[in-house]
Amino acid sequence: MPATESRGQTVLHPSRDELVKLVLDLRDDESFLVCVDLTAVDYLAYSAPRALPDGIAAERFEIVIGLLSHTRKERLRLRVQVPADDPTCPSLFDVHPGVEALEREVFDMFGIRFDGHPDLSRILMPEDWEGYPLRKDYPVGAIPVQFKGITDAR
Amino acid sequence: MGFSWDMDKGLEGLDHNFITGKLEDLVKWSRARSSWPATFGLACCALEMMGAGGAHYDLARFGMEVFRASPRQADIMIVAGRVSQKMAPVLRQIHDQMMEPKWVISMGVCASTGGMFNNYALVQGVDQIVPVDVYAPGCPPGPETLIHSINTLHELIQSGELTRRRESTGRGAGVQLEETAPT
Amino acid sequence: MPADSVTDEERFRTAEGSQEITSRKGAGAAELLRELGSVLRLSETEAQKLADEAPAEDQTMIINMGPQHPSTHGVLRLMLELDGETVLRCKPIIGYLHTGMEKTGETLTYLQGGTNVTRMDYASPLHNELAFSLATETLLGIQDDVPERAQWIRMLLVELNRISSHLLFLATNGMDIGAVGMMIYGWRDREETLRLLETITGLRMNHNFIRPGGVAADLPDGWRDEVLRVIDAIPPRLEEYDLLMTGQPIWRERLQGVGVLTQEEAQALGTTGPILRSTGVEWDLRRDMPYLFYDQLDFAVVVGSYGDCFDRYAIRLNEVRESIKLVHQILDRMPPGDYRIQDRKVTPPPRARIDESMEALIHHFKIFTEGFKVPPGETYRAIESPRGELGCYMVSDGGGRPYRMHIRGPSFVNLQTLPHMLRGGLIADAVAVISSADPIMGEVDR
Repeated sequence: MPATESRGQTVLHPSRDELVKLVLDLRDDESFLVCVDLTAVDYLAYSAPRALPDGIAAERFEIVIGLLSHTRKERLRLRVQVPADDPTCPSLFDVHPGVEALEREVFDMFGIRFDGHPDLSRILMPEDWEGYPLRKDYPVGAIPVQFKGITDAR
Repeated sequence: MGFSWDMDKGLEGLDHNFITGKLEDLVKWSRARSSWPATFGLACCALEMMGAGGAHYDLARFGMEVFRASPRQADIMIVAGRVSQKMAPVLRQIHDQMMEPKWVISMGVCASTGGMFNNYALVQGVDQIVPVDVYAPGCPPGPETLIHSINTLHELIQSGELTRRRESTGRGAGVQLEETAPT
Repeated sequence: MPADSVTDEERFRTAEGSQEITSRKGAGAAELLRELGSVLRLSETEAQKLADEAPAEDQTMIINMGPQHPSTHGVLRLMLELDGETVLRCKPIIGYLHTGMEKTGETLTYLQGGTNVTRMDYASPLHNELAFSLATETLLGIQDDVPERAQWIRMLLVELNRISSHLLFLATNGMDIGAVGMMIYGWRDREETLRLLETITGLRMNHNFIRPGGVAADLPDGWRDEVLRVIDAIPPRLEEYDLLMTGQPIWRERLQGVGVLTQEEAQALGTTGPILRSTGVEWDLRRDMPYLFYDQLDFAVVVGSYGDCFDRYAIRLNEVRESIKLVHQILDRMPPGDYRIQDRKVTPPPRARIDESMEALIHHFKIFTEGFKVPPGETYRAIESPRGELGCYMVSDGGGRPYRMHIRGPSFVNLQTLPHMLRGGLIADAVAVISSADPIMGEVDR
């Protein structure tokens, strides 16, 4: 399993197919019972080198999963590459039910579908919202602010 | 003394003479003194609003410590916090359920203009959805600023200025506070 | 009906669609197996038995609670399926406070990022700032160079914030259960801590005080007496609250045995904070994965045993006492020194220096316009907020703005325990359970 070190923290780089088995083994054998975080990053506009180990092809999206072990007092991070033309990833719901809301949020914000998730629907935006806000090609949506009508300077 | 009352216009339809003038003053006085707020605390401003109801800043002296959960029983809607795209229809629905006369205080910069969050997720000012009578700036406005905005609203109600302003803008009175308490 | 007339239902419907709870037709044994089985590791026959025992669809009622409701602690919407007064299934629907903070965070510099992040968990804003600052410092590589005094000031502020957040919990929890006077008492004490924070940081809430590199300003003169005055007033009042609530029969009836969560459920759902500790797991990031200087301080981790609402209430009440103990220790051990790192690339120079030195002027200009550049990389730093593990996952590409800033809000993950805690209880218990979970919707929706 390719691994890197990032600012003192261990990061593993499973592929999408290896992901569920790896998390299951980590839960059952290595006591990483808690999945604390599941989020995604869109590397479309990333201007620095990607810091991936050899043999891992850099894709547009990356799913980042944080695991925690109470007994070993350790954290582990997993980064899974997800290509832009096939934004799907196996769901970790059967291993860690606590990722249900987290995966829905990633779907809502990035458009990455999770196979095997019981109820993949938008969670933060209204149901009929179009677009995936946290993608880099989605604008912030700022309206230009014009300061008109200031009569007295304070 | 003749007396005619065009009831469709409410108090404004009264044929004004000495007695009805005093009656109108009485009604406006009681409206100002007993306006109950609807609970519409959304985010951080809600904590300051609850703080205004607490012991140090005591909204009860203005007759407003009873935050009514049911909009049918409330007079003022204090929009305390940021209004997201999903919350906007709910805000409109609650405002529609309130009975006339009703007033809206937009508390905080997020409710007044979208605040520091100029992005896709927030409605940039609740005056796009409901007519606002008083804007209270601050992030969050301290309880003293909120009380100042409430007092301003009460003065406007009592003097009748509020109705005049509403008629001139066609929507809410849109009073912006000129000074705020230091916060 | 004519084509252009809009029914009231259509006019007022919010666009939720499939976010709502599915009716029981869709929720057969497979669904139950999914919902409960994954967490409790039920076998298929056990799930089938549960599905068969459930009442028929036309006997149950789906009601909607929120998003504007006096007891849902902010804009949380719950869809409940009820059989009479008993809650069978519950689905929380969130997103009513979604502010796009993570997107906004990508447009603000690291110095401005604190103003954005602090409004997430608005009951304990300094914790958000701390997580953000720790992540930025880790990316910068200066996490060990932050001066000691700055770290101790951070600990002082964070513990004071924990006290004010738990007092907020006591107030709202008391009011929800029915002890309405508790609202006034809790707010009275919280007001004192807010005034103290105002003298130290300048603002009552959303302070933007803990910044990458240290804190924004040094403690004011006379801070020691101020802090002692506020801290020493709280323990006798906590005794009063114990008298008012803890021993009282009505309080116990309403909270004991209500909203029970087992240890396996809590760990499977990723729960952290007082909810996890109430189930018996002794896990507190301050003790088990210490940050700042918590390893030098002496405090107890409060743990419950039944996993019910009463345990959560008692844990938070006693955490106030532990925090007061911590503040006393911090007062005794506050070292002298700098309140922020002296690295001019990161911290703005003092204002007086700008008149004297060209370099100081340039640094000031660069930091406030472009922002300081952070080397590329990614990191995750977590702290123990009053609600659980508050983490910040930050990715930098070498620029002056974070490339991706994600905050792991504890309440977002803790809300997933609500369906499990509410199952089988009454509606009135739903109010108690939501209140005991203490969600802050700002960090749920971000």
